[in-house]
Amino acid sequence: MKLLVPVKRVVDYNVKVRVKSDGTGVETANVKMSMNPFDEIAVEEAVRLKEKGVVSEIIAVSAGPTAAQEQIRTALAMGADRGILVEHDGVLEPIAVAKILKALADKEQPQLIILGKQAIDDDMSATGQMLAALLGWGQGTFASKVEIADGFATVTREVDGGLETVKLALPAIVTTDLRLNEPRYASLPNIMKARKKPIETVKPADLGVDVTPRLTVLKVEEPAKRSAGVKVGSVAELVDKLRNEAKVI
Amino acid sequence: MAILILADHDGAAVTQPTRSTVAAGAKLGEVHLLLVGEGAATAAASASQIPSVAKVLVAEDASLAKRLAEPTAALLVSLAGGYSHLLAPASAAGKNVMPRVAALLDVQPISDVAGVIDADTFVRPIYAGNALATVKSSDPKKVATVRAASFDPVPATGGSAPVETIAAAADPALSSFLGAEVQKSERPELTAARIVISGGRAMGSAENFAIIEKVADKLGAAVGASRAAVDAGYAPNDHQVGQTGKIVAPELYIAVGISGAIQHLAGMKDSKVIVAINKDEEAPIFQVADYGLVGDLFKLIPELETELDKK
Repeated sequence: MKLLVPVKRVVDYNVKVRVKSDGTGVETANVKMSMNPFDEIAVEEAVRLKEKGVVSEIIAVSAGPTAAQEQIRTALAMGADRGILVEHDGVLEPIAVAKILKALADKEQPQLIILGKQAIDDDMSATGQMLAALLGWGQGTFASKVEIADGFATVTREVDGGLETVKLALPAIVTTDLRLNEPRYASLPNIMKARKKPIETVKPADLGVDVTPRLTVLKVEEPAKRSAGVKVGSVAELVDKLRNEAKVI
Repeated sequence: MAILILADHDGAAVTQPTRSTVAAGAKLGEVHLLLVGEGAATAAASASQIPSVAKVLVAEDASLAKRLAEPTAALLVSLAGGYSHLLAPASAAGKNVMPRVAALLDVQPISDVAGVIDADTFVRPIYAGNALATVKSSDPKKVATVRAASFDPVPATGGSAPVETIAAAADPALSSFLGAEVQKSERPELTAARIVISGGRAMGSAENFAIIEKVADKLGAAVGASRAAVDAGYAPNDHQVGQTGKIVAPELYIAVGISGAIQHLAGMKDSKVIVAINKDEEAPIFQVADYGLVGDLFKLIPELETELDKK
């Protein structure tokens, strides 16, 4: 069976983002960009399913600027077979990405789509659930374990208070949580091989998708800064401060 | 039009984050609460006493028992016609269901609302809370999840709203519930606790978390953990505080052996008072702490436990 794995180009998780002085967004010029960490986990899970013989072909998709090819190449180096870039400069909201992915899923007919549970830039945590709705498929979000057998996906989910296991009829959507796996580093030979793997480029309009944003960003600002407090010299002093100064215990 | 809020409940009452969501919803209009799943009717009786709730809807159909995303979303969509806003707490359950609802209504959801400006305009954190975006939605209906830490919960009692039992929508039957492993604890829920004490990688082992738990029990606090501690297997996943875990804003947050990565700070920096205990004087956590104590946690935490006994 085919598997689709979407990957997003985001500001690297180690970068301390800065709000632009004009309040229109955050500074992304000359900032290191990487694959969204949850999407790396998704790619890793896809590759492991292929290694187990469950999946026959992995298609890595990215919707974004031309440079998002880099993130598709990373997925290809990790073990995906081919890539699709849905090229668009400018904002793509989860609803637009979900519609793009639906159009691709209609064409490619994958049995499973694994996505990151959230992108670390907009922190929306929405695309997987939205795609599941548009396709009319079941969803196993925030997965810490995925098993595929006999036309079903059994997904263990990280929920408030512990874990929950659901069984989904394939085709289905899975979104990855942190502890699903530890993504591999692509080896140099695999990076070289990935250069020869095909990447098809399309535009949202080719897929019949209107990507006009529904949200207008009126302003982006820095949150109120906390200032560092005082260092206390002992546990007794700490307890005294908490009791008599902060009055929280 | 009224505001519909999908409540989280434990079969007895709605959660505190749900009451925070009611506080956010009340800024927009008349609030109706929807409770689904096992025990919804019992919890609804309690929820009907929340003063700012005008009506409580209950659906206990078998297809909704485990609050699976697909039938729950179908129910919300069937009710959506009568509402301008559909809200839920930004809990695991709310985050699972609401984007599905939004897609079925052709709406871009607004996740993790931390401020309500007007019916169309909301403030939400992006980039792990390092920036706050004010966004205005052009969608005819709004679908959003609410960051509980940003809204003081409304009281649990004092009102008397009518309770109405409603039927489920047709079950899409796309998934089934196999089981759950729920951590049973006498301690308060992380997102509702007045005091939270969290351990980091420096705890060294799951067993060592016991010294934190003893202090937690003295303070009536919830126990949290950094991602590093959870990844290392020292603490269960639902203890994780941070960008991709739980967002907490207690009166007092005590960070023990936590260096203070931006991703962790994203989950706790709105706490009223922050205490950091760490042996590394340069740890970034001290930059946000009101009170810092430098030293070996294995010596200081047992000392703290003893000191709390003294009056």
